[in-house]
Amino acid sequence: MLQRCEACGAFAYPAREACPACLSAGLAFVDAPRRGALLAETTARVPSDVYFRERAPWRIGLVKMDCGPTMVAHLHADCVEGAPVLMSFQLDKSGQAVAFARPEGETPNMADDRQWREMTADPKFRRVLVTNGRSVIGQEAVAALKAAGAKTVFVGVAEPWRPFGGEQLLRGQQGIEVVTLDASDEKSATDLAADIGGKVDILVNTTEYVRPGGLLDRRGTSTARDEIDQAYLGFINLAQAFGPAMRMRGADGTNSSAAWVNILSVYALANWPAFGAYSASQAACLSLSHCLRAELRPGGVKVMNLFTGPVDTEWFQTVPPPKVAPRAVAQAIVSGLRGGLEEMYVGDVAEEIRQRLAANPKALERELDK
Amino acid sequence: MRNSLRTPYDGIVMAAPVTIPYARYSIESAQWWIGRALSALVARAGIKASDIDGLCVSSFTMGTDSGIGLTQHLGLCVRWLDTIPLGGASAIAALRKAARAVQAHDADIVACVAGDTNHVDSFRLTLENFSRFNQDAVYPYGAGGANASFALIARNYMRTYGVTREDVGRIAVTQRANALRNPHALMKTPLTIEQYLAARPISDPIHLFDCVMPCAGAEAFLVMRDDTAASLGLPAARLLSTIERHNAFADDPMQLRGGWAMDVGELYAMAGVKPDDLDTVQTYDDYPVITMMQFEDLGFCNKGEGAAFVRQHDLTIDGDFPHNTSGGQLSVGQAGAAGAYLGLVEGLRQVLGEAGPTQVKGAKLGLASGFGMINYDRGLASGAVIFAGPGR
Repeated sequence: MLQRCEACGAFAYPAREACPACLSAGLAFVDAPRRGALLAETTARVPSDVYFRERAPWRIGLVKMDCGPTMVAHLHADCVEGAPVLMSFQLDKSGQAVAFARPEGETPNMADDRQWREMTADPKFRRVLVTNGRSVIGQEAVAALKAAGAKTVFVGVAEPWRPFGGEQLLRGQQGIEVVTLDASDEKSATDLAADIGGKVDILVNTTEYVRPGGLLDRRGTSTARDEIDQAYLGFINLAQAFGPAMRMRGADGTNSSAAWVNILSVYALANWPAFGAYSASQAACLSLSHCLRAELRPGGVKVMNLFTGPVDTEWFQTVPPPKVAPRAVAQAIVSGLRGGLEEMYVGDVAEEIRQRLAANPKALERELDK
Repeated sequence: MRNSLRTPYDGIVMAAPVTIPYARYSIESAQWWIGRALSALVARAGIKASDIDGLCVSSFTMGTDSGIGLTQHLGLCVRWLDTIPLGGASAIAALRKAARAVQAHDADIVACVAGDTNHVDSFRLTLENFSRFNQDAVYPYGAGGANASFALIARNYMRTYGVTREDVGRIAVTQRANALRNPHALMKTPLTIEQYLAARPISDPIHLFDCVMPCAGAEAFLVMRDDTAASLGLPAARLLSTIERHNAFADDPMQLRGGWAMDVGELYAMAGVKPDDLDTVQTYDDYPVITMMQFEDLGFCNKGEGAAFVRQHDLTIDGDFPHNTSGGQLSVGQAGAAGAYLGLVEGLRQVLGEAGPTQVKGAKLGLASGFGMINYDRGLASGAVIFAGPGR
């Protein structure tokens, strides 16, 4: 995304309030062509800032974009002066969007670049906790993270002596450890954190508790309490148990903590009355995730929210398609971590809600009431 | 012969060049340093503070103060006031404005002063808050500061024209030789080309002796008409010509030339002199490669011949091209905005015959240049001035 003048079409960077070609004030951010050429590079060996001082030497360069502007950028190690590069904005450890230049073509082990990994939360080589191994999404997430090169995947299972479907996918597998965790139980979360809290680089919160119904078709608050206990208070238990150590370990060498992932219903953004109370519990979790993001940011740990429409699981049986396959959610977790993203929308329903919310929020509210 | 359409600086002079000796770190404020400079100006010129009716100030570390706050702080009552935030181009911009003010009788005696303090953390804070573009689009990229930004420019320049570190190093080494004769220079030990080449890398190809040392200090001079100077009995240097340019050559993908290249013909035409006529040259040496660029852009050689020029000339005080005779910022230190004044103030001392241990014998005609404000990817501001001592 770069600014482009609506009057004369010139691209501008750094961000500004008037077009340097024609002085127009109409500078909208648009998807810009990503190609450029590396004009010159340098390696900062004695940065003045403590963050970069610890990570020096740090390589940067000046890129002339094919679409016009020149951009100071972080450089992938395989970038060569004079050669084409592809630019993207990445979120750095402080949460700021920064320009990153990669070689135009693929190079061997491209994603393992030291400076690139500083901008992302790639699960490769990292240790991950998936909080609920009883769910299909949890099991798919474990498989996808393992396939992406995670060193160890801890899988939380409540009352692990009780058998469950898919158990054989988790037990006795190289690099997968089943651990006891009931997120809705404060003591359970604290006990597990005491055991493995210092080894969790990425936490994937797959807690799900889906029940249909809104307000008037339910009697009393017992189901709502369960929704809050499992989703909202469960989130708090996990955050309080694992968050402090993750925040402290954000710069803990190559095995640093990197990200916290939430899987949220897209109806956290706009209430779906058919699952109205559930939507509200998800909205509470979304709000809490912004709080967690702010509190983890000083440690350089990202919070990524995945928004999904109804997933193809038993609690959404009555909902017509399109539904999101649990495997698609799992793959989105991996690709979001690899890109260092803060938000992802998985599936057609989630994407549609995102667009309709941006276009006309009142219309969306009315139309969801069907 | 008139070669310029601009109004000549008839009878405009500069007097009383003063330098408050620099300190690596200072617990005093910028206002303290500026106060010392004004006090020295008054003493040097034999005037009262109340005789100063114009003031022009530059500083990075005055906090929320500008020139207006200083009038009350220092007890000055002026009828002409300016604050110039142009970094390394501040001295020349200040001089240009002050000259026209006294020429038009808007003021009679203008004090041009720059001063900065350097607390233990001042430099990092200045880097972090330098400009909006810098905050958004430079500082988050490794926080290498000006060193990293100029490293990119230097690397591109050196590659384009086949310049070696040894070529660039000659500038730093000869300036150190000059500085050893200046008792106020912060650098007091000799520097050999071997030491220069062996220095530790800071941001390739910038190494330690390509960098200036941030410090505290102040510089100042007075601008007035020649009749005022005569009535005060003050030796003064005549202002012959100036140029100033901002955001030149914006279409160059990277900086290979500064704004001087756009106006250099005007500079010499207005002064009525040629580059060969100059007795001393004081360039803005935040990095020696920028000095090499100025040798080209100020007409001492063609573009791309800066390295050959440096190889063919002796840049020391007693050499055939006396350059940055005080040692320049590279060896004296960079006292913030006072760095913009260092060359001009030394140049004035040279043509007035007041330079003492660094005096170039018989220097009458001087040039000083300025360069500043690496707002994003290049230095935006440039300027130059030619001036003559008494008897020329």
